[in-house]
Amino acid sequence: MAASSETMLKKPHVGKKRKPPTRYWEGTEEDGKNDGKKQKEGDNNEQTPQQNNTRTKKGGKRGGKRGGAGKKVISGKSDPFPGSAPVPEEKLKKFKRGVKGELPPRPQYKLRDVVIRSEAASDLAQKQNARYDLMLPEDAGFLEGDEDEDTCTISQDDIVDAVDITAGAKYFSLTLSQFGPYRLDYSKTGRHLLLGGRRGHVTCLDWQSKQLMCEMNVMETVNDVKWLHSEALFAVAQKKWLYIYDNKGIELHCIRKFNDVLRMQFLPYHFLLATASATGFLQYLDVSVGKEVVAICTKAGRLDVMAHNPHNAIIHLGHSNGTVTLWTPNQREPLVKMLCHQGGVRSVAVDKTGTYMVTSGMDKKLKVYDIRAYRPLQSYFLPAGASCLSLSQRGLLSAATGDIVQVYRDVWGIPVTKPYMAHRAKGSVWGVHFCPFEDVLGVGHGEGFTSMVVPGAGEPNFDGLDANPYRSAKQRQEWEVKALLEKIQPELIGLDPSQLSQVDHSTWEQKHEDRVQVLGFDPLAKEKFTPRLKTKGRSSSGKVEKRKKQVAHEDQRDVIRQTVEDRMKMDKERKEKEKKKAAAAGQKSALDRFRK
Amino acid sequence: MFFVVVLHPSLLIHQLLLQRQLSDTPSKYFFLTNLIVLPVLQISSYPHLSISADLGHEFQLRSTQHLMSSNMPAVEHALLRQRTTDLTPIRHLRYTCVSCEFLVKMAKSKAARKSGETMKITSSCETVVQGTDDEDDEELQRALADDIISASEDEGGSDDERKHCKLLEAISSLGGKKRKKLTERSEASIQVSEFTVNAEGEGDKINLSDLIGTLDKTPSALIKTKKQLKNLQHNQSTLETPLTRKETEKIQREVAFEKTSKEVSRWQSVVLQNQKAEQLVFPLNQEPSGPKRIEQVVAGWKAQTPLEQEIFSLLRMNKQPLHDPVLTPTEEASLRAMSLEEAKIRRAELQKTRVLQSYYEAKAKRGKKIKSKKYHRVQKKVMRKEYLKQFDEMVKTDPAAALEELKKMELSRMKERMSLKHQNSGKWAKSKAIMAKYDDGARKAMQKQLEVNKDLTQKLVIPADEDEEDEEESAETLPDFVNDVEPILDQVNPWMRGKLSTEPMMEESNRLDPPVWPREVGKPGEGRDDQEEDEEQMEETEEESLLRGFEERRKLRQTEDVKVAPMPMEENDEGKKAEILEISDDDEEAVEISDDEEALEVSDDEEAGLSTFTSLFHGLVNHMELPADQPKAGPGLGQGESPALLEEGLVRVRTLEDVELLSQDISASDTALLTTQILGTEETDTQSATRQADKKRKKMIDPNEVLTKEAKVIEMPFAPTAVEDVEDKEEQRVIIKEAFAGDDVISDFLKDKRKQEEAGRPKVIDLTLPGWGEWGGLGLQPSRSKRKRFRVKVAPPPPRQDQKLPNIIIAEKRDSSIAAHQVCQLPFPFENPIQFERTIRSPVGRTWNTQNAVQKITAPKVVTQLGAIIEPIAREDLIKDNRQAVTGPSINLESDQGPQKKRRSQQKKKHKRKKN
Repeated sequence: MAASSETMLKKPHVGKKRKPPTRYWEGTEEDGKNDGKKQKEGDNNEQTPQQNNTRTKKGGKRGGKRGGAGKKVISGKSDPFPGSAPVPEEKLKKFKRGVKGELPPRPQYKLRDVVIRSEAASDLAQKQNARYDLMLPEDAGFLEGDEDEDTCTISQDDIVDAVDITAGAKYFSLTLSQFGPYRLDYSKTGRHLLLGGRRGHVTCLDWQSKQLMCEMNVMETVNDVKWLHSEALFAVAQKKWLYIYDNKGIELHCIRKFNDVLRMQFLPYHFLLATASATGFLQYLDVSVGKEVVAICTKAGRLDVMAHNPHNAIIHLGHSNGTVTLWTPNQREPLVKMLCHQGGVRSVAVDKTGTYMVTSGMDKKLKVYDIRAYRPLQSYFLPAGASCLSLSQRGLLSAATGDIVQVYRDVWGIPVTKPYMAHRAKGSVWGVHFCPFEDVLGVGHGEGFTSMVVPGAGEPNFDGLDANPYRSAKQRQEWEVKALLEKIQPELIGLDPSQLSQVDHSTWEQKHEDRVQVLGFDPLAKEKFTPRLKTKGRSSSGKVEKRKKQVAHEDQRDVIRQTVEDRMKMDKERKEKEKKKAAAAGQKSALDRFRK
Repeated sequence: MFFVVVLHPSLLIHQLLLQRQLSDTPSKYFFLTNLIVLPVLQISSYPHLSISADLGHEFQLRSTQHLMSSNMPAVEHALLRQRTTDLTPIRHLRYTCVSCEFLVKMAKSKAARKSGETMKITSSCETVVQGTDDEDDEELQRALADDIISASEDEGGSDDERKHCKLLEAISSLGGKKRKKLTERSEASIQVSEFTVNAEGEGDKINLSDLIGTLDKTPSALIKTKKQLKNLQHNQSTLETPLTRKETEKIQREVAFEKTSKEVSRWQSVVLQNQKAEQLVFPLNQEPSGPKRIEQVVAGWKAQTPLEQEIFSLLRMNKQPLHDPVLTPTEEASLRAMSLEEAKIRRAELQKTRVLQSYYEAKAKRGKKIKSKKYHRVQKKVMRKEYLKQFDEMVKTDPAAALEELKKMELSRMKERMSLKHQNSGKWAKSKAIMAKYDDGARKAMQKQLEVNKDLTQKLVIPADEDEEDEEESAETLPDFVNDVEPILDQVNPWMRGKLSTEPMMEESNRLDPPVWPREVGKPGEGRDDQEEDEEQMEETEEESLLRGFEERRKLRQTEDVKVAPMPMEENDEGKKAEILEISDDDEEAVEISDDEEALEVSDDEEAGLSTFTSLFHGLVNHMELPADQPKAGPGLGQGESPALLEEGLVRVRTLEDVELLSQDISASDTALLTTQILGTEETDTQSATRQADKKRKKMIDPNEVLTKEAKVIEMPFAPTAVEDVEDKEEQRVIIKEAFAGDDVISDFLKDKRKQEEAGRPKVIDLTLPGWGEWGGLGLQPSRSKRKRFRVKVAPPPPRQDQKLPNIIIAEKRDSSIAAHQVCQLPFPFENPIQFERTIRSPVGRTWNTQNAVQKITAPKVVTQLGAIIEPIAREDLIKDNRQAVTGPSINLESDQGPQKKRRSQQKKKHKRKKN
């Protein structure tokens, strides 16, 4: 670090071919062309004001897209760029939601109006979103080596030498050899780091400023640690029970309902802490109210592989029989059961968009699935097998094999043969986790913690209203309230998050069944007849039976009576009809006299 | 005859008075009272009738014996148009009366009749008295009285005071009260008696039938009226009974409903529009708040104070811009006029015209200077003569000058001798020498030349000017093309060919004016100067001979050209069809068009041969439709005898059609190649397709071989050194177990899947009851038929989602938890769930949208201003613009523009409405 001047002279590995992020004033080439055209048009306008006027009139009639075209303002100048600025197609595509419906064919004005209005609203939203997308100017780049140079051979030190000092500071390692291999978790904003050593060492820190928030030893085995919705609270799965601490290290709760927890996942929008225990239970804890939502017995043995799908908040569990199961708190059975590996599943990771799932198994294979269609996309063989997997926001995959952390790029696309980056940790890796909004991969290992710089890992543009890494305490509080208000109920978790916007097609029977299940009884069921007690020997068992018999099958009888009556009526009608027909037919035959 | 006399009841008095006044003339006068329509009364037949009617409808006809004598003519005149039906409200009638004058006249006439004269009474005057007022009546009465007085004065001459007083009294007594009394008719008759009016039979009533009875006797003139009367009799139509109260009310209600519904329906559009409106802003007709654009402010401002108005009127008068203070119309017009491009164009046009003008002027000037040959000839002749004259004179007057002239001539002779210009050594002369063998003209020209030479070289005492000039003339008159290259015999020589490219044009010109050819003698202009012609015959003949030669040749060629077309027809008609020939002709033409120079030069036979060749060629093509005539064309060319033909063929093969054909050929010949190629490509395609499929397969692992599939081996930069230390013994055990569990993982999974499938399958409902209809008991099964009959099979469920995914089990159980939050019934205007789902497909919240969009999307349906009074829609608004929505500004979702735009659009709407 000290000899930075020398190192700077060297060929830097990083940021060489990285193109600068597009700024809003630059625009795409097409835009430029369009502008040029428009400029020309403007010139024409100046030359032939008459023509222009007529043209603008037409334009105005057409739809007002170029409403202000050439309209004279008081200064006498005409707008050279009339109308609203064009929005690039790709960006529009990015914010497209669903398919546009066609107008109803019948001239039902109300329906038509509703449809038209909603279409217009969604168009507007889409367009504006696309337009304001330029507010996200940061672009992500990747490490690119020289010719014949593998990027995986570039060491962290090289990178640190090449990059600026703040970026370089992101590569650091904490030597914590005493309390065994560490698991780790980054907070949602990516600002805070939580470390849990197997031998009870729990610490949380603001890793960027290296400010320690708390450090303690819980004097118990720590299986997993997890931040809750904010950096104020975290959960620690200890040997027996689940504990919740605040960022000062004060134990807030000891939740005894959650025992033998091995792995935890936090669903930020649902405020649910999902835990998988050694006893095979998958439990959901609503941290906003502190209640257990559901405890599902998976009947799949020890659950030490867990991941959650950020797209639809479904929990993925890996099992020792090579299957991965998908769970919601609403069903007692797995929604999907996938046979992924021949051996047991060692780790599972799910893409941010909820499209891809990466699994690694005891059979030393790494597999990529499309979990929308449940189809395998790629299958890789890792000689050492991957113990921990983590996917970054931009789709980089980190796999820990022994003491080596490998990072892969685009594993679901063209089959990769080499890792994008690799780094040797000091001890065997116990947990890897990409830091959100940063090009950083945190690695917890036997000898402590290492923060790696992985260019292109994090999402460069953060949503300030959702997860703002630079938020103040006040902002955090504000956000917390809002997030709590917008909390999604656990019932809404399902495979298809858009299911809520669909009309329920279930039949009456199904609904009734659900109702019965919810209520615990059938509200439409008839009360059982219990004969009144009568005195003077009238309540003898025989008489009671008789009375029962009188009432027995009452409803059925009613039905039968009704049907019989109906049938009679029908018959009568039919006969009358026939009679009429016969009358209409006119002539009585000679044989009619014999008819009764 | 209708005899209608209408009298105001008040006039009765006058009747009375009249009676008195006319009393001295005995008997004959009559009066008719109170408005009556009397049908067909021939009074002559009823001389003693007095007709009276009271205020009711009752007629009273009384015989007033003395009223009219039998010989009195019918009173025809007092025919007044008055309807009987109008009788009832008597006070409001138009009273018409027979004036007193008439009555007086009547009296007079009666007086006259005394003298035995019969007078026809004509209704000379007919006073129409209108009005219902009593005042009017009184006036009338006064007037009447005056008349009467005057009449009486006239009549009697001596009018006593008493009568006058009575009259006055009578008049004064006129009033509402006494009227009734006065109308008493019956009394009057008694009183009348003193005037020899008999009241006999006054009480008798006369029926209408009695009156009608007389009609029978009357002649046919009255048939019409009779008929009408009969009709009247027959017509017994009574008034309809009034409708019941219920019915009238019903009708009234209906009418009222219609009216109100009409009234209300005017609001329909407004109501509908308000229902449709996206947003209603109350109170209505608000001025949009917020800053306005300056244009609007300026446009909306109106001159209010007189000063402002004056200023504005001035501005308007001077056509100054009011709202858009940029340019006045004149300025704009001037700007438009000054447009640079237009000015440039105009200038260029002007320049062009100027240049053209100057050019044509120069041309005309030059043209003016040019004189014809004839003119020069004449001029020369004149000059010559003059010169001779001068010379003669000079010889006489000034011999020195003449000597000078002679010297000059000598000089010219010397020059000629030196240069030998007119010897046969020149180029022209040489060419002529060659021609002279065959051409007389040439020979003559040569002789002429020689003669000139002789003349020049002769030593002359007397100068021979004429010869000189002749020589000059001959040189002049020679046509230009004489010096041109001779018609080329050797067509093969391409170098020679090029020169004659101008020929066709000439040819054409020749064609255009045939009178050129026969002879120039026929020309009308030529006839005038025959003498000159005679003089210059020689030269002309020479020229003509040359020309003739050319023309002849040309003509020959023409005919040949004409022949060329039909030639092939004759030759080829043995086996070819007409169409082919046409094609060939076309071809020929095409050939000519394409390379006319060569075509023109080609000799007849050559051409003919070629044409035959082409026709043959086409015939072959058309007949056989063989695509492969390319090889045919080769030998065809080879057959061509002459090298010219060969050459020609080579040149002209490529006509348009030929090219087409060739292309066909090529295509045809190529098709094979192409097909092979295509086949090849197809093969390659299939290969590529398979490859693609392979690729796909590569990309997507076949689900059947998820586990067995060979995986990509990933190279690792460094091998892991540290082996994960295994913590627990238990874990170790598990790991060992896992390691060995690999084999039956798949079978376990499959079993599981099968189980799930089984569970999902609907069960067959077994309703068989053992022991029914047959023996039952331990170990006895119900019969098969029975089992078959009582087993209810349920329809198979829809195929499982994981049917084609062997390594996946997807639970089919419905997740009912979300159902509580879903829409279970389709909301109102939607017809199917898809429509509804599409309308709610895009999120509304701030998380997914921009602030602006959220505000627009979630705008409230009704906006009210706090504290403002919301009044109902005024009727005036409705009338003002019936179709205008009373809505506020609609939420503009199309584009993100400011409020000004909206306002503008509204204004536009208003304008439209105004137009409408």
